[in-house]
Amino acid sequence: MRRPYASVLSPVGQLNKQHAEPVGPAGLIGRRRFLQGGGALLAGSAMAGHAVAQEPASWSRPGLAFSNYGQPADDQITAIRWISENPAVPGDGVSWTPLHELEGTITPNGLHFERHHNGVPQLDASQWSVAIHGLTDRALRFDLEALHRYPMQSRIGFLECGGNSNTLWHPHPVQAAAGHLHGLVSGCEWTGVPLSVLLDEAGLDPDAQWVIADGLDASGVTVSLPIAKCLDDVLVALYQNGEALRPENGYPVRLFVPGWEGIVNIKWLRSLQLSAKPLWSKFDTVSYTDLHADGIAERMTFEMGVKSVITSPSPGQRWSSSGVYEVRGLAWSGAGTVQRVDVSADGGSNWAQAILQEPVLDKALTRFRIPWQWDGSAQTLLSRAVDSAGQVQPSRAALLEAKGGNAYHHYNATVSWQVAESGVITHVYL
Amino acid sequence: MSTFKLLCRAWLLGLTSGLTVTGSLADNSNFNVEPAALGQPMNADEIASLPQHVFADGAGLPPGQGTAQAGEVLYTEHCASCHGSQGQGGRAVELVGDRELLATEFPDRGIAVYWPYAPTLFEYVYRSMPPDKPASWQADELYSIIAHVLVLNALIEPETVVNAQLLSTIVMPNVDGFRTVGR
Repeated sequence: MRRPYASVLSPVGQLNKQHAEPVGPAGLIGRRRFLQGGGALLAGSAMAGHAVAQEPASWSRPGLAFSNYGQPADDQITAIRWISENPAVPGDGVSWTPLHELEGTITPNGLHFERHHNGVPQLDASQWSVAIHGLTDRALRFDLEALHRYPMQSRIGFLECGGNSNTLWHPHPVQAAAGHLHGLVSGCEWTGVPLSVLLDEAGLDPDAQWVIADGLDASGVTVSLPIAKCLDDVLVALYQNGEALRPENGYPVRLFVPGWEGIVNIKWLRSLQLSAKPLWSKFDTVSYTDLHADGIAERMTFEMGVKSVITSPSPGQRWSSSGVYEVRGLAWSGAGTVQRVDVSADGGSNWAQAILQEPVLDKALTRFRIPWQWDGSAQTLLSRAVDSAGQVQPSRAALLEAKGGNAYHHYNATVSWQVAESGVITHVYL
Repeated sequence: MSTFKLLCRAWLLGLTSGLTVTGSLADNSNFNVEPAALGQPMNADEIASLPQHVFADGAGLPPGQGTAQAGEVLYTEHCASCHGSQGQGGRAVELVGDRELLATEFPDRGIAVYWPYAPTLFEYVYRSMPPDKPASWQADELYSIIAHVLVLNALIEPETVVNAQLLSTIVMPNVDGFRTVGR
């Protein structure tokens, strides 16, 4: 197929070959050579008579070749996940979505946050299947080929680690960019088969009140999910933002549990056992439980609270001059939609309602924006979200009052950035 | 006409023909059907071969037994470098702590301090530890290691034989230390 295509373009091909190399820094050398050799084509050029025109150098140089899988621009070197690993167990750790480098509400797949407990398993999708068994009329195994024939659903939703923002339990504000403090949350379109469809096919025993789910990785992460949620909106997800799941996000199949803490969104799904009781696994009882000041711990704290964070500006940035800036951020709630986000530029004394970017979706990242005139004096920016259930994002003081300082998970208090007179942005507590 | 233009024309024809509605909308009886039931039934052997979960009441614990004496040897070789020689913690979490500190600013998180159920230890340690070679213990080895850790936590006597029945009967100090939020 190359040959006829080349013949159509042969005049240009000759031109490039004879006259268009090398191209000068301002494009002028290339243009002069173009004038010498390409008279027939010049009649159509609107800029032909302007000798002083500064044409883009890239006009006279063929671009790069096609690519099988596109990559970010070469200069996008800071829009990456920062990684924090356990030195003793490299597969135990996190990598953060760089929220401060991104706009909109959809997280690129390569930047979705990671939280692994013992690395990313390398799985052969052709050998994969999930067993649904226990208190069912029949035990069934579903392989990938079978799942692909079921009716699928897509939903855009956030996924947040229960431990997101946990450095803010620290008594002093840690200085890091917005994404490195709060980036264990991402937003994607997830597509897959509703778990309810597969459970219906297996047939539920009336005593089946819990679904015990685990994965194929080397971590032993195992959780107990209440049956009502599983029959409501849980997806057996195969696609993430239109493409097959990434290995680090559960390839070939994971659970997507809308609005609930990341740990129950089991990756590399292996087994779903229906049970009358929860397993009370280590992950149901020890990890991902929140110790309160009275010494009692909360467990099965599934739903992620209403939350917002300003992603632009972000700590570590510096504004070069006073003037108008757009303050931008993300808000979300595991209880429903974001109803409103208020932004304060004076540490919470006065508030203005931010504009919510449509569409505002259930249990999904919601972008808010509001223009702000910075007068050059030291000011403190913060945002406060309200959700459709009427929940108001708490202040840090209110959260600590309610939970004490040892909860470790589910930190959803308001977050404050100070803009100094120098324009430097820092993380502060109010 | 050039090949390129021919290709373009063929492409446009394809687009326009797609706009033509042909056939009858009444002839749609094969659409909007129930999803196929494609789950493969598992027979009794397949179900029995699935790895067993270990429930909080001990259901699912395998046969076998162990003692702290054998467990200390295994613990020292495989666990102590991260969890400390006496379970006091190090690169990994402490296994032994002070329960009196639970409601203070700096709580400990040891097994007798925080874990509500002893049988849970078995599945977790089997599936997760040691991190460089999990899911490789024999049942007797694991019962032995757990025996040693329970002795370090002063939950059993040093000579106690640990097995499924023993683990199922231990009442952990923090069993009532939780509020269950979501169901």
